[in-house]
Amino acid sequence: MSTASDPEQAGFRLSMLFNDTRYRSLTFQAIAAILLALSIWYLGNNLIQNLREAGLNISFGFFGEPAGYDINQRLIEYDSQSSHGRAAVVGILNTLLVAFLACVTATVFGVIAGVLRLSNNWLVSKLMAFYVEIFRNIPVLIWIIIIFTIMTAVLPSPRAFRGDDPASSMFLDAVAFTNRGVYIPGPSFNAPLFEAAAMNWLLVLAVLVASFFGSKAIGSWASRVQEETGDRPKTLLMTLGVWIVPVAILLFIMGLTWNFPELKGFNFSGGIKIGGPLIALWFALSIYTGAFIAENVRAGIQAISKGQTEAAGALGLRPGRIMNLVILPQALRVIIPPLISQYLNITKNSSLAIAVGYADITATLGGITLNQTGRAIECVLLLMLFYLTISLLISAFMNVYNNSIKLKER
Amino acid sequence: MPTDTSVAFVRTAEIPPSPPPPSETGLVKWIRENLFSSWGNSILTLVSLYAIYVILSATVPWIVNGIWTTSSLAECREILQGQVGACFSVLTERWNQLLYGFKYPVEEYWRPNLAFLLLFVAAAPVLFFDLPRKLLAFTALYPFIAYWLIWGGSIMIPIVALLGFVAGYFVFDRFGKQSFATGFFGAIVAAFVVWWIGGFIIPETEDTFLPAVPSRDLGGFMLNMMLGVTCVSLSLPLGIVLALGRQSKMPLIKGICVIFIEFIRGVPLITLLFVASVMLSYFFPPESTVDLFLRVVIMITMFSAAYIAEVIRGGLAALPKGQYEAADSLGLDYPQAMRLIILPQALKISIPGIVNVAVGLFKDTTLVSVISMFDLVGMIRGPILASTEWNGVYWELLGFAAFLFFIVCYGISQYSQWLERRLATDHR
Repeated sequence: MSTASDPEQAGFRLSMLFNDTRYRSLTFQAIAAILLALSIWYLGNNLIQNLREAGLNISFGFFGEPAGYDINQRLIEYDSQSSHGRAAVVGILNTLLVAFLACVTATVFGVIAGVLRLSNNWLVSKLMAFYVEIFRNIPVLIWIIIIFTIMTAVLPSPRAFRGDDPASSMFLDAVAFTNRGVYIPGPSFNAPLFEAAAMNWLLVLAVLVASFFGSKAIGSWASRVQEETGDRPKTLLMTLGVWIVPVAILLFIMGLTWNFPELKGFNFSGGIKIGGPLIALWFALSIYTGAFIAENVRAGIQAISKGQTEAAGALGLRPGRIMNLVILPQALRVIIPPLISQYLNITKNSSLAIAVGYADITATLGGITLNQTGRAIECVLLLMLFYLTISLLISAFMNVYNNSIKLKER
Repeated sequence: MPTDTSVAFVRTAEIPPSPPPPSETGLVKWIRENLFSSWGNSILTLVSLYAIYVILSATVPWIVNGIWTTSSLAECREILQGQVGACFSVLTERWNQLLYGFKYPVEEYWRPNLAFLLLFVAAAPVLFFDLPRKLLAFTALYPFIAYWLIWGGSIMIPIVALLGFVAGYFVFDRFGKQSFATGFFGAIVAAFVVWWIGGFIIPETEDTFLPAVPSRDLGGFMLNMMLGVTCVSLSLPLGIVLALGRQSKMPLIKGICVIFIEFIRGVPLITLLFVASVMLSYFFPPESTVDLFLRVVIMITMFSAAYIAEVIRGGLAALPKGQYEAADSLGLDYPQAMRLIILPQALKISIPGIVNVAVGLFKDTTLVSVISMFDLVGMIRGPILASTEWNGVYWELLGFAAFLFFIVCYGISQYSQWLERRLATDHR
């Protein structure tokens, strides 16, 4: 650590390799490098021998071969004649879908529970503490199985909806909860502008993005007027208009209609079917991770000292503005980093899909494809590579965010 | 003394203090302040009361009407005659499968039971500092005793393993004073020499005091406990080494540790379990057969070590730089500085994080059911729910599993909070 204070020594003795701080770290690193190389050589050698004995090789050619299995829940076209590669892509999209959905709902659950846990209502705060402790201390796999069991064993079968006096009926005549999945109304266009359905939705998305920038522009215009005149113009109606009117016009032109699920024969048709496994995984992940997020939110709010509230009050801010301008910006600095790592946990925990048969990347690539082709090494490596990429992307994003909100001190 | 006759009444004594209005005392006040202080709060209270009512009205009759003494679900339904009620008989009939798996020999149940009881004795001196330090000797012996109790077989195996560690300890004690590196590597060499020699004296015979139980016969909650305890205790030293390596100034060692930690933390545990079940055997020598339990222990230990390393790194980073400099200025070398000054403080800061990792790891041991090991969840989803007698008894079994995990995890986190209060030596 302090190389400067070492006296010059004449000559070089072998013991200096261990005892002299100038050489010692080099020695240790050399030993580490040799050990690392040896173990890699040993493991690689074993691998090659084992593969030769089993008559296998490392090859990714199986990705082009037909998969031969069906996937119920899918976002892109896929049938059993499609390749293993396409099955993996379906799996990746399914992973991202459930992770995205669960992140959104977990945040909602977590924020509500975290804020309510600090409520001065004794009953509510105790109830939320109970929720947090129950869900944090029981494995997520058990929650997934419990909710999946509710989906399959408790909900009625589509047959129960039949007849003049059915045992079950649809919620608001629009949503059917059955043990084969939940059927909800699905939108479609009578006069689409493009052939492909995805293009139409992209158009809607583009309009929404434009509205977002429009509302930003209104906000900055209002700030400019406020700077010049001292009065802030009322922008609520204009912002609402910018958000609603363009999308409404576009949807009207394209002729938006809703397809309601209908009972045909023994099953529902029309609308969108959300499979039981997806719902079980989605709901279990969000309610489980929500308990963790609730703790993060509570810690974040409690981390802001009471003096901040009092100082803001002394400056004459109203309670609403104290929350928006003083407490929340500081609390978010504490809340958001653990929140993002909870998102990462959701993405990783979504691999438990394999326990309920939701076709995510672990179930397609690491499950059926692996079993059918016997390519264990290739499949598991690619699976890890996928999750590693997602994790590194999320943590890179987190680092950028952390740097941008870091307290600028001294 | 002039008397003022115009005043009809003059109070000569003080009025005793009157009791506060009933709305401002006791229960009423508490309810007003804590439950109905505003419109919003009143609505929240009513909603919560309704939620509690819904939950209790669904569960209480179900538990109270529960039946404990039948031998199949059909009999339960017959007795209940359409009433709401649980069929807890599955727990009384299959408790041994839930706790020990379906292959562990029944007459040997006392062995894991004893090991479980001894676990508390072994853990006590680690968890509670007030106990006499001599008990730590038993803690050091415990892994060997527990191994012998649970797996059985020749007693020479744990004895040889123990002798290896003892030899290593003596070598380290003899040479570690002068040079940490010499003592450390000497200890490793000594231990391996003892194990190598001991390998010749372990008898091959089956005729032993405790019959051997192969690892694939382990199962049930016992498997979860074993995986949790083994992996947490193995990953703690590994995590410390990784955290120190990540802080090292040597680029190669730091690089290895960073890559290892980030890689493990970036992938889900399930993929690592896949590695254990289908891939790891390719990396062992062709003629060797490493059983699945050991492979899973290796992967889960690596997994939790990476997380513990990050927690400890946080503790190391939280120490003021002055502590490092003070250690340097006292002339301590790196191992001494770490052992005497840095690690005790850093580990103390890291305790809550380490306990969180331990609880998370214990919950994650249920994932081994995905690679068809029959732990508690695996037993429920596999043999028990598939049997003809108990096909359809979901809630009793899943509730039992949830209950067991809740007890253990909640207990550990309560302990961690107690420990945090106990260790809070700074005056805040």
